[in-house]
Amino acid sequence: MGEKGLGKLKSAGWETFDHVADIGIRGIGASVEEAFENGAKALFSLMVDDISMIEVEDTVPIECSSFDLTGLFVAWINELIAQADIKEMVFREFTVEIRGVNLKGSAAGQNWVKSQAGRGIEVKGATFTEALVQERDGLWVAQCVVDV
Amino acid sequence: MDIRRLERKSDVLWEIPQRGQMRVPGLIFADTALLQDMDDKVCEQLGNVACLPGIVKGAMAMPDAHWGYGFPIGGVAAFDPGEGGIISVGGVGYDISCGVRSLSLGISRQEIMPRLERLMKELFSEIPAGVGSTGRLRLSMKELDKVLRDGAVWAVGRGYGSPEDLAFIEEHGRLEGADPSKVSEKAKERQLKQVGTLGSGNHYLEVQYVQEIFDAEAAEVFGLKRDHVVISIHCGSRALGHQIGTDYIQILGGASQKYKIPIRERELVCAPINSPEGKDYYRAMACGVNCALANRQVLSHLVRKVLKRVIPGVDCRLIYDVSHNTCKKETHLVDGRPKTLYVHRKGATRAFGPGHGELPDIYRHAGQPVFIGGTMGTCSFILAGTSRGEDLAWSSACHGAGRSMSRRQALKRWKGKNVVSSLKRQGIILMAASMKGAAEEAPDAYKDVRRVVEVTHRAGLARKVAMVKPMAVIKG
Repeated sequence: MGEKGLGKLKSAGWETFDHVADIGIRGIGASVEEAFENGAKALFSLMVDDISMIEVEDTVPIECSSFDLTGLFVAWINELIAQADIKEMVFREFTVEIRGVNLKGSAAGQNWVKSQAGRGIEVKGATFTEALVQERDGLWVAQCVVDV
Repeated sequence: MDIRRLERKSDVLWEIPQRGQMRVPGLIFADTALLQDMDDKVCEQLGNVACLPGIVKGAMAMPDAHWGYGFPIGGVAAFDPGEGGIISVGGVGYDISCGVRSLSLGISRQEIMPRLERLMKELFSEIPAGVGSTGRLRLSMKELDKVLRDGAVWAVGRGYGSPEDLAFIEEHGRLEGADPSKVSEKAKERQLKQVGTLGSGNHYLEVQYVQEIFDAEAAEVFGLKRDHVVISIHCGSRALGHQIGTDYIQILGGASQKYKIPIRERELVCAPINSPEGKDYYRAMACGVNCALANRQVLSHLVRKVLKRVIPGVDCRLIYDVSHNTCKKETHLVDGRPKTLYVHRKGATRAFGPGHGELPDIYRHAGQPVFIGGTMGTCSFILAGTSRGEDLAWSSACHGAGRSMSRRQALKRWKGKNVVSSLKRQGIILMAASMKGAAEEAPDAYKDVRRVVEVTHRAGLARKVAMVKPMAVIKG
């Protein structure tokens, strides 16, 4: 797995990065949990026009597990995409607790129809391309390319 | 791509010589210019595919190949179940059976022009497009299982289209072997409201006209006349297909370890075709194929419904429906003898040549229609399968132009509204559910489809029949 585009980390937050056909999402945090939460924000920034316009009206519990931390990040992103489909919601705020390779968390947001956040692009799912979870420069980074 | 690593076999065929654990060579169909633009990852991924058990002849890349997930996009590989051949999630891709169907309207662009704006407004309102949109159909789990088992045959049975359509769809609208019990509840739950939706990204509905004909005989058989109007729909198996891919990455990950198959990239996970896990994936993947075929059939019904209202009396005939992301059980000649192979086409189109038994009678001499989507500002192509394609690449051809610029770069360079107005100046109507999506899909963010088609034609993978130009586009 590569570290393309991953320069010196400055502070917690989220960003997207280049991929030839699709797009990468990256969360950075003081803890691995915060990196996962910020990675989720990067995901929904793609799916709407303006993520700050999403109102928090409902919370959905999220649980997933995998074989390692990188697999867990991919599973977390895939679970958020699946729940957004099933609940017809778009999310803005996230909580994550990780024990080993098991994750318990939540996603809060609102129904798509009610949202004033505008339409972005549909993300079909997370992939293992450029996927990594690692500590660097005293911060945690979690990233992968998503298929759009 | 560093072409010094390759052996030139002809001006449009290059070989990655067999080395290390590779069981077969890699084969790239491209000219020097296309090859130089290709990512080095294509070479690396073909090398990985060439190491998989039971692969026959070569790991192949079509002229539009680029870096994918496990397989390159534009990758083709056939596996022999009798030689321990495998089936791989990466060889099919996440959007199972994403594909294109084209419908011929039998009227000229001059005839449609006065009603084009109204047509597009009504199509945009009738066809759910874009992220978060849901279809008009509300299916029960039981009904969805029928969709997954019977594909477009289910749709026709529910009144979406006519039985005559089925002969013009790969597998006659229904891939055998689908077993909905092999698809997770989550995958089904995601799909309940998505049958009959277009999606977003590079998916589209396009009203086009035939600008140029290269093969008059085949064009006549396909019902294509210069200046006549065609409607093309590009979409796939929606959420269901992706969830199947996600679920089976985990399952086949375990199987790869169980059967001691070395995996060089996570999305190349696989299982022997004849193993329980391999059979389960095939049955689930076939559900994904059927879901996509049903989806495009329902969308065609919506198109016909609107056409009936806006242009009464217009005849809307299905030319053909092709899939890009599949694994199909097919019979091919290996060393002169027929063999059953599992042909993976990831971002590649099946392109059966003249005389193939699966083709509808009227196409038997022409070969299978192959649709190559370009961009919403340039052109697309209709090709036909060749007899030579069978020897070259298991009757496979390219599927599109491929991006030349990332989505982020495109967003930095263009705004959606500017893309809309620029297309308007060219006389093309763009209706987009998302302005962000419109910017990402700007025509200049793609490679020149003409180069890809020219090489496909010269290599003999498929031959050019017609070029179509866009008049109006719906983007999700």
